[in-house]
Amino acid sequence: MVDEVITHYPVSKRSASLPLLHLFQERFGYISDDAIVWIAQKLGLEPINILELVTFYPMIRREPAGKHHIRVCRTLSCAMAGSYRLLDTFCKHANIDPDPHNHEGHLLKSPDGRYSIEFVECLASCGTGPVCMINDDFYEAVSDEEVPQLLQNYP
Amino acid sequence: MSDPVPLLNVQIDGVWHQFPKGTRVIEACSQAGKFIPRYCYHPKLSSPGNCRMCLIEMGMPKMGPDKKPELGPDGKPVINWIPRPQISCAQDIAEGMGVRTDSPLTRECRNGVMEFLLINHPLDCPICDQAGECQLQEFSVEYGKAGSRFLENKVKKPKRIALGPRVTLDDERCILCSRCIRFMKEVAKDDVLGFVSRGGHTYLTAHPGRPLDSNYSLNTVDICPVGALTSTDFRFKMRVWFLKETKSVCTSCATGCNTVIGAREGIIYRQTPRENDDVNSSWMCDYGRLNFHHVNSEHRRAAPQIRLNGALETADWGPAIVRAVEELRRFRPDEIAVIASARMTNEELWLARRLIEALGRPRHDVVPHWGEGDDLLLNADRNPNTIGAQLLGVTGERPGDKLAPIVAKVRSGEIKAVLALQEDLLEAGFTAADLTRLTFLLALNTLPNPTVEAATVVLPGAAFAEKRGSMINVKGRLQRLNRAIPAPGDAHDDWEILRDLLNQLSGADGLYVIEDVFKQIAGAVPEMRGLSLSRIGDRGYQLEDVDEAPATPAPEPAHL
Amino acid sequence: MGSVIRTPHPREKRIVFKNIDRPGYTPDIDRYFADGGYEELRKAFTMKAPDIVAEVKASGLRGRGGAGFPCGAKWGFIRPGETKPVYLICNADESEPGTFKDRYIIHQDPHQLLEGMIISCYAVNARLAYIYIRGEFPLGARILERALAEARADGFLGKNILGSGFDLEIYVHRGAGAYICGEETGLIESLEGKRPYPRIKPPYFPAALGLYMAPTIVNNVETLCNVKHILRMGGAEYARLGRPNNTGTRVLCVSGDVQKPGYYELEVGAVTLGELIHDICGGLKPGRKLKAVIPGGSSAKVLRAGERYKLKAKQPDGSMSEREIGIEEIPMDFDSLAAVGSMAGSGGVIVMDNSRDMVWALNNINEFYAHESCGQCTPCREGSLWMKKLTERMLDGGAAPEDPDTLKSVADNIAGRTICAFGEACAWPTQSFVAKFRDEFAGYASRNVPAGGDGNAESHP
Repeated sequence: MVDEVITHYPVSKRSASLPLLHLFQERFGYISDDAIVWIAQKLGLEPINILELVTFYPMIRREPAGKHHIRVCRTLSCAMAGSYRLLDTFCKHANIDPDPHNHEGHLLKSPDGRYSIEFVECLASCGTGPVCMINDDFYEAVSDEEVPQLLQNYP
Repeated sequence: MSDPVPLLNVQIDGVWHQFPKGTRVIEACSQAGKFIPRYCYHPKLSSPGNCRMCLIEMGMPKMGPDKKPELGPDGKPVINWIPRPQISCAQDIAEGMGVRTDSPLTRECRNGVMEFLLINHPLDCPICDQAGECQLQEFSVEYGKAGSRFLENKVKKPKRIALGPRVTLDDERCILCSRCIRFMKEVAKDDVLGFVSRGGHTYLTAHPGRPLDSNYSLNTVDICPVGALTSTDFRFKMRVWFLKETKSVCTSCATGCNTVIGAREGIIYRQTPRENDDVNSSWMCDYGRLNFHHVNSEHRRAAPQIRLNGALETADWGPAIVRAVEELRRFRPDEIAVIASARMTNEELWLARRLIEALGRPRHDVVPHWGEGDDLLLNADRNPNTIGAQLLGVTGERPGDKLAPIVAKVRSGEIKAVLALQEDLLEAGFTAADLTRLTFLLALNTLPNPTVEAATVVLPGAAFAEKRGSMINVKGRLQRLNRAIPAPGDAHDDWEILRDLLNQLSGADGLYVIEDVFKQIAGAVPEMRGLSLSRIGDRGYQLEDVDEAPATPAPEPAHL
Repeated sequence: MGSVIRTPHPREKRIVFKNIDRPGYTPDIDRYFADGGYEELRKAFTMKAPDIVAEVKASGLRGRGGAGFPCGAKWGFIRPGETKPVYLICNADESEPGTFKDRYIIHQDPHQLLEGMIISCYAVNARLAYIYIRGEFPLGARILERALAEARADGFLGKNILGSGFDLEIYVHRGAGAYICGEETGLIESLEGKRPYPRIKPPYFPAALGLYMAPTIVNNVETLCNVKHILRMGGAEYARLGRPNNTGTRVLCVSGDVQKPGYYELEVGAVTLGELIHDICGGLKPGRKLKAVIPGGSSAKVLRAGERYKLKAKQPDGSMSEREIGIEEIPMDFDSLAAVGSMAGSGGVIVMDNSRDMVWALNNINEFYAHESCGQCTPCREGSLWMKKLTERMLDGGAAPEDPDTLKSVADNIAGRTICAFGEACAWPTQSFVAKFRDEFAGYASRNVPAGGDGNAESHP
């Protein structure tokens, strides 16, 4: 799969950096130190070249997320529609401490590791805010009341 | 002969100038006497244009309907000024371009950028090595505000990071100009530095598995405009405004990078490269740069010594010279060997040659020192003056190939007296046992070593930073060392020591100043005809008809 | 996604969005064929590439991503007889707050995008193209991959497409959560596998030194879809839609305090802001009054209800007339919105009523820009974070009397001084909010009370 992806970039292998990071994260859930070195070597780059990317893009994680990862949009239209309250509601029902200082890593996770949550920037569905994603699934016009039922779909 | 570069007309602050096509706008302004402040721009690196400090107002000629520039009352093109300020570091001049370097808008731009750079900058000046040569300090005097209106918390970033064995990083001070990253990638060809994180939290780092350990790492410290990258060796040692700076040349290999020696009260604190596009561009390697601590060593030989009753005793110069020459006179020329050094200056080598002649032409050679060279500056020949030694007749086409025969003759007893000039004979193929076979051993050196320890007469000389003289680098460039600090104690300049030995030996007199020595050289060596020590200048002088020294080493002196 | 089936508003003119929410419409190629899909591509191959460029120029199509740059002119920057390889990139990184249109094309009508893209590649002679899709559209990426596979299987991609002699390969490239990848040179850097730091222009204009330092065209999803329709109806016919210099249709995305937020494809300039809000979006919530509108994505300068603007218009006889209008009379086209001191931008219209706290709103926007700043150049890197910290402090009850002046000054030191337009994007909101709602900003220092979590002054976060 790795080699197939590289064929998409006949001009420069370096272009495959981000796609490989996506592949690794899909497979392993996050990007480990070894992955950084491996990808760099595969593409003929220095590890710092990959580290630069991993730390730039918020979607690329250095630590495992919860079994299910929730993304709530925080930008203006969704905020106006109540997404800050939605985030709190999700935290409450997913048993995640909303205070970032109380978490070891960068991700807000539930203690049993079932859920992690992120307050992300505009998800491009401002007309149906507040919106969120759980894993790759997208939900619009999410009310606070819906949250428990939603979470039940992700045991 | 290539076509001459066309000159373009550029208006800077109302005055028309001409500059060669291909001149960067920021350089044109400098040449016109209008220095534009900058951080990320460096003439030897690519221009990312990210600091925004060099913003100026730019304009192009107003074109008439005939597609020709409209001319104003002064007969020169009327300039259409672009409302949006432009950076001056990433564009070359164009015909009819106009630049305003000091308008209200440009001053506003600089004040703005200055303020932005300072809001998250830590108040480290009191403990920061860069103080006194910091561009943030320098430009904030002109473009900064008296007070700060930043009421928020500053961004915290890692401090005191060992980026590599010789470089310490303070991320809070870093203004993210990326000079270091570009240097490592474009010049040192070791792409190990990068920016991580994003936005205002971005900071510089190296990957833990690939630290900044290149032999060119300290150049990043030179080019860092602030105190983010500091030399671990120099850190906290001395305030730069106390350093007396002397222009000189590195003597750690045959490249002869041009340097500046920073010293205070007889102690060297650091060396930095000096720009010379014919030798080392703006760089030097870490190995050569840091190779000065031996000069400061407390073990420096500071007084002559004579062996009496088996032990070395301190002596005055007069008696030491007399004793040395007396001893030498007892031997025939074929019983003597002179092991000189390609680390000696031309002046020293010339006098060594004359001494060899005066001694009846005993066997003589220099000691080769080879290491691994790289594609950048470090030459495999670790002797800085091999060509000088050859031109002045102290060694032949293959330096060092006379050493094995000399050692053999010492062992057979034929050679009884050796002069070791600036070399440790154990690096010339001798063993410690060989030294004990000698009846007379003269060691002219700066630091203790087995040869000095075994010598009959020890004459303390000067280190590279303590002498004035000339050397010829691998490309045949004649360059000059200057004296940065005095030699310690009663140590003398090597040329004076050799002159004294010569005078004592030949009964001659004269040669009071080193310039006279050079005059003798210029008279005898055709390649140096017409030159003088002062004519060499800060950038050196390329000798003609001198072949570049071969890169392949002669075989190491055989250890029998 | 797509769980809500909406019927288009009668005033809409659905061209690009014809198949969005269309009952029974599916994203597969057979459904696309049934509607005459890929006929325009066949037509394109009967034309010479320069003639296609001429049609697009004649159409007056302006970029639909946010900059509104004439598409034909952009294509015209590629030198005729260019020997370096030419690349085309579809900017599917839709991230401008307030914008939600490309999402639907990608998820529901991908072949329209592909057809428009292939035609465009042929027009500029690009043999290798990429769709840069934001990482937060994982389903969209899969849909596009499937559509590309279908197109390849039917010979619309690959070597010698439809016997034209033209080769083309298109790949999907996923982003990973960076708004700056929507900036064309930032996108190019990201595609090259580097940190997405936008390039300085000059000299790195993409049409000259783009992807891999070769000539590159970057176009928005909606723009590329329009190319197919321009080829269908002809450039001149397309130019009859909308207004002079503001031709065609565009998808407006309305969100915020309206009854019927959503996407509406309208002829450019066919409706005024008032008609959009009241007629098409069902008006404001009961009992509320209009307070502010951001007309073109969060980067656009905010408009305050009650402001008066002077709009110049060229009369049929060639003379210029000027009329004074209020906020609700602004025609929703590029030139008018620029004339009133804002921009049409990405078409994302965010409506705020009188229950909204403007400091809170600006703070939300500032946090977005501080978060998304790439950090490459000094003013934006330091300034965007400063502005965010400042409005955050104001909301936390620590406002100082000089804050509005500091905000304006900081923003003024960013706009026009940066490498890319992100500088303007992060500065304009602060400049306009502070200028137009000065009373509210100044009032914070005297009140010093923390503000609400959803922008309502009464509620607590």
